[in-house]
Amino acid sequence: MAEIDWVALSIFVFFFALVTVMGFFAARWKAGPVNEHLDEWGLGGRQFGTWITWFLIGGDFYTAYTVIAVPALVYAVGAYGFFALPYTIIVYPFVFAIMPILWKVAHKNGYVTAADVVHGTYHSRGLELVVALTGIVATMPYIALQLIGMGVVIKAMGLSGEWPIIAAFIILALYTYSSGLRAPALIAFVKDIMIYIVVLAAVVIVPYKLGGYGAIFSAANDAFTAKGGATGILLKPSQYLAYATLALGSAFAAFMYPHTLTGVFASKSADTIRKNAILLPAYTLLLGLIALLGYMGHAAKLKLSSPNEVVPTLFQTLFPSWFAGFAFAAIAIGALVPAAVMSIGAANLFTRNVWKSYINPDITHAGEASVAKITSLVVKVGALAFILFLPVQFALDLQLLGGLWILQTFPALVFGLFTRWFRAEGLLLGWAAGIGWGSWTAWSNGMKPLASLTLGGDTYTFFVGLGALILNIVVAAVATALLRMVLPEGKGATARS
Amino acid sequence: MWALLLIPFIGLLWVPFYNFAEPSLFGFPFFYWYQFAWVPITSLLIWLVYRSRTPDETEE
Repeated sequence: MAEIDWVALSIFVFFFALVTVMGFFAARWKAGPVNEHLDEWGLGGRQFGTWITWFLIGGDFYTAYTVIAVPALVYAVGAYGFFALPYTIIVYPFVFAIMPILWKVAHKNGYVTAADVVHGTYHSRGLELVVALTGIVATMPYIALQLIGMGVVIKAMGLSGEWPIIAAFIILALYTYSSGLRAPALIAFVKDIMIYIVVLAAVVIVPYKLGGYGAIFSAANDAFTAKGGATGILLKPSQYLAYATLALGSAFAAFMYPHTLTGVFASKSADTIRKNAILLPAYTLLLGLIALLGYMGHAAKLKLSSPNEVVPTLFQTLFPSWFAGFAFAAIAIGALVPAAVMSIGAANLFTRNVWKSYINPDITHAGEASVAKITSLVVKVGALAFILFLPVQFALDLQLLGGLWILQTFPALVFGLFTRWFRAEGLLLGWAAGIGWGSWTAWSNGMKPLASLTLGGDTYTFFVGLGALILNIVVAAVATALLRMVLPEGKGATARS
Repeated sequence: MWALLLIPFIGLLWVPFYNFAEPSLFGFPFFYWYQFAWVPITSLLIWLVYRSRTPDETEE
């Protein structure tokens, strides 16, 4: 792969240049005063209808890293890696039931972030701060992973060194700075259409070349059997609980992230979100098909030095250069959309819930927009530094912990939509218990997302994040019950505004 | 009607119910096509709930 593939590279550069122009042009699309109000820069003017929201959330939820990592996991461990499919199905009934309510609260009060909602509900600066910091910290390694995804395809084209990624990221940082959320929203159209073309071509042409889906599954089955059969194309009974809890925990975590919530808050009505809960599963079909690329790697008998190479190598082996270039461009552009939205989401949190709450409470709307713009640059440089100076494994481990962490903001954000029973102090304690126990357990298991519990001689292995969430809720409920006995009225902590 | 939203959770989280190779469909083992089938089913269930609910009065 030391040779540079010029055909693939030219196609790649063409599409990359196209979206760069679109990114800068986006500031004028559905134009509003981008520099004067955070609603404009950070939420695209809160005006995105059903289709734009569909492309935007689809574009930033199903990330480039997904396209690389899900098939890599399926290639490496088989059926267990497929939990991404049930996860991205059951997330939508949840989105349909919860997110329109959250949107209404945010819309009525002009909230931009999850931490705004939490502060508005509980009037607790402490709870607001931990929700904001959890969001920012969980997002940073997620951005770094998008860079890793981009790096894999750039390397596959024969380019070496760090400069292509640095160049791509500087371009991304500049147009996000000038256009805000409008840039990824516009680019998401191109990205999603390209990814649909690539995947639909792959799932038709690859089985045709490899002898059909039956042959692909049986080749994968043979490969896992040859490896000793610890995992396979069906789950082992010991994996059932892990599979189900990973799917459920991930589904609850998915829309707690700043980037997905930014997509929710940017839509123009609660109905936009409901319609999207019906329409977004189309991307899940795509994701399931992408996951199968992992098995196609076994059927094509690819020689890989790392499972992450399965998708790029598959395209290079089975498709002409021009189509491989198109596929790589789709994946790289697929990294830009989520990276932009994530940095905007993190910047919104910092501006609203750290800067405004602690440094300058009298900040103007224009001031908020400029703080957020600068923060988005800092966040991206931070993610870049992550990749350049720290081992890749570190970003992977942190992203995994990030999923566990962000899930611990669930009670603070969601419960308040239905009941005012919980107290901020209780929720804070629950958050701390969940984060503490979850991080410690994941770390002591060698950064695996699974924990084991032995009850009556049987061992149950489950997703740490979900266990931590249960602990979190129990602690929050007990602490609240105790507090309510001691201080029946509270001290304004739960008073309605 | 809102209870319809719980059906995908039951159908997908009770893993022993679908962890089989047979019957296969177009070469896909049951485990795979069963989970794929839940994508349109879930969309349909959400749509049914969406249709049955009373629209927000103050929206749009």
